[in-house]
Amino acid sequence: MSVQNKPVNQKAWFLILPVFICVAFSAILPLMTVVNYSVQDIIDPERRVFVGTEWFVQVMRDEDLHAALWNQLKFSLAVLLVEIPLGIVLALSMPATGWKASATLVIVSLSLLIPWNVVGTIWQIFGRADIGLMGHGLQALGIDYSYTGDATHAWLTVLLMDVWHWTPLVALLAYAGLRSIPDAYYQAARIDGASKFAVFRYIQLPKMRGVLMIAVLLRFMDSFMIYTEPFVLTGGGPGNATTFLSQYLTQKAVGQFDLGPAAAFSLIYFLIILLLCFILYNWMQRLGQSEKEGGHD
Amino acid sequence: MARIDLDLAHSYKPNPAQDSDYALLPLKMTFEDGGAYALLGPSGCGKTTMLNIMSGLLVPSQGTVRFDGQDMTRATPQQRNIAQVFQFPVIYDTMTVAQNLAFPLKNRKVPEATIRQRVGQIAEMLEMSHQLDQRAAGLSADQKQKISLGRGLVRPDVSAVLFDEPLTVIDPHLKWQLRRKLKQIHHELKLTLIYVTHDQVEALTFADQVVVMTRGKVVQMGTPDALFERPAHTFVGHFIGSPGMNLLEAQAGGGALHIGALSVPAPRALPEGALRLGIRPEYLALTEPGRDGALPGSVRQVQDIGTYFLVTLDVAGQTLKARLSPEAERPAVGAAVGLQVLGSHTCFYKNEELVA
Repeated sequence: MSVQNKPVNQKAWFLILPVFICVAFSAILPLMTVVNYSVQDIIDPERRVFVGTEWFVQVMRDEDLHAALWNQLKFSLAVLLVEIPLGIVLALSMPATGWKASATLVIVSLSLLIPWNVVGTIWQIFGRADIGLMGHGLQALGIDYSYTGDATHAWLTVLLMDVWHWTPLVALLAYAGLRSIPDAYYQAARIDGASKFAVFRYIQLPKMRGVLMIAVLLRFMDSFMIYTEPFVLTGGGPGNATTFLSQYLTQKAVGQFDLGPAAAFSLIYFLIILLLCFILYNWMQRLGQSEKEGGHD
Repeated sequence: MARIDLDLAHSYKPNPAQDSDYALLPLKMTFEDGGAYALLGPSGCGKTTMLNIMSGLLVPSQGTVRFDGQDMTRATPQQRNIAQVFQFPVIYDTMTVAQNLAFPLKNRKVPEATIRQRVGQIAEMLEMSHQLDQRAAGLSADQKQKISLGRGLVRPDVSAVLFDEPLTVIDPHLKWQLRRKLKQIHHELKLTLIYVTHDQVEALTFADQVVVMTRGKVVQMGTPDALFERPAHTFVGHFIGSPGMNLLEAQAGGGALHIGALSVPAPRALPEGALRLGIRPEYLALTEPGRDGALPGSVRQVQDIGTYFLVTLDVAGQTLKARLSPEAERPAVGAAVGLQVLGSHTCFYKNEELVA
C-alpha cells in the first residue's frame, strides 16, 4: 500500500480526546484565563474595559520588576554555581557499596523530604540571634548577623537555605551517574597511571554529563520559581532584598489585587522561563554533540 | 620487560576450606620475558583472576608475584609498569585518538617529542594514522578497541602487556586481522604478551605457549602442538580440538589391554587397572569390521562439515567421533565398522592425568 492511498480515518481524534481534555483543564484553560485578564481592566465584575497591551507596557517599564528580575537572575546563577560543584563533590565522597552507601543515601536525601514552608520555618528559627543555633553562633563570633535587618545577610541566608535544601538532589543525580561507570574504566585509568584529577576530568565528568544536564535544568527552573521558602523566611525583605519574581508577582496579584498587570507579568514570566530553558537546553545539547562528533575540532 | 614468576593461590572468600572456595588453586609458574602466552579456559576457570593478580589490580590471598625475581605482590600497576587491555573498549570520550594513545605516556611525564613519535608509530601499526585527530567517542566499537590496544602497546618499556579477552566485541573478520596484527607487533616490539581467552582458535594462533586452566587449576602449559598431540589432562584433550579428543574406558592388566569386548596386547608399558584411552578424531581410522586389533562399532551419523566428514560412532555403548577427509569413502549410516584406536597418537590417562 503506498502513502497516497492510505485510508483516511478521523476516528483517531477520539483517541487523543481524553488527553486533550486533561491538558485543556490543567493548562490551556487556566492560561487563557490569564491571557484574558492581561488585556482587560477589570474595575468590578460588571465593568471591564479592553486595554490591549497597556498592562504589558506598564509592567515592562516597572522599576520594581527590573530589580526583582535582576535579583532573580543573580540568585539562580548563584544557586547553580554553588549547588552543582558541591553536589558533585558530595557524590564523589559518598561510599559506593555496602550498608554505608544505603545509610548515606537516606541521610543525604532527608532534606528533600521536608516541605518547603517547613524548610523556611526551620531556617527562620535557625537564623534567629536569640534562640537559633546559626544566628546565635554567628553573633558569638562577633558577626552582627541579622537576616531581617541586613539585605546582604538576608540574601545569603536564602541562598544558603536553598543550597541546604537542594544540593542533595544534585548529589543524588551525580551519584547515579557515577555508579553507572563500569569498573574497567577505573582499572584502565590505574593501568594508564592517571592521577585522581585526571580520572575525574576524563572519566567521571564526561560520564556524568547527562545527569548533570538534568540537574542544571531542574535546579535552574526550580530556583527561578522559588517562592515559599523566602516568603516564610524573610517575606521578600528587608526592603526588596529577597524579592524574587514570584514574590513580586504575588504582591501584585494577591496583595494589591492588580489582576491586569499581574496577569501580563505572569505571561512574561512564563516566556522568560521558557526562553531561558530553551537556550540552556540547546546549549548543553550542542556541547554534547560536539563532544560526540567524530570530525576535527 | 620482565620475567614473571607466580607462586600463589587466591580465594575471594576470607577463609577458604575446600578446593571449590578458591578462584585459583595453589600454583607455580613462570612467564618468560618476551614470550607470547595465552591463558585458555572456560568462563569462571580463574584466568581473569590470574591476569588481574599479575597486573596488580588484585592482591593474591596467599603467595607471591615476582618480576625478574623482585617481589611485586603488593605493588600497584604503575609500579609494576604493566599494561592491560580489557574485554570492552575503554576510551576517554573527550579526547581525540592521538590524545587517547598519548595518555599513558603523558601521565608518566614522557617528553612531548617522544610521545609524538611513539603515538605515530603505534597508530601506523594499528592503521589508525588517518584518524589521529578524530574524537575517539564517535568511532565504532572495534576502532575503540584498537585504541585500547594501542594504549596498551604505546609504552616502550612495559614489563608485560596483558589482554583480557580483547577481541570479544570485534567482528569475526576483523578479529582475524587484529590477531595477526598483535602477533606482528609481538615480533616487532618483543614485548611479553599474555592473552586471556576462552576461544581455543584465538589462543592457539596467537601464543607460543598456551596455559590451559579449569576450575582454578592450571592443567597444562605447552606449545599449541603439544596441547594437541599429547594433552596432559583429559580436560585439555576434550577442550582443545574440534571436536575434542575421544575418551574410551579401558582396563590394563598382565600385559594386555581390554577395551570393551576387545583384548589386545598392551602397545606400551601401561599401569595396571582402570585407564582411559584418548584418541583425537583426526587419528581415528575406520577399517573393515572384524579386522585384527580393530574395535567393532557402528556408524550412527555422518555429517558433511565442508572440509571433512564428521562420523559419529557407537562402540559398546560409548560414543566416538572421527574426522574423515572428503576424499575418503563416505560410510553408510548403520554400517558395522572396525576402529583402529591404537597408534602412536593414542594417549592413556589414569585419574585424568596422562600416564603413557
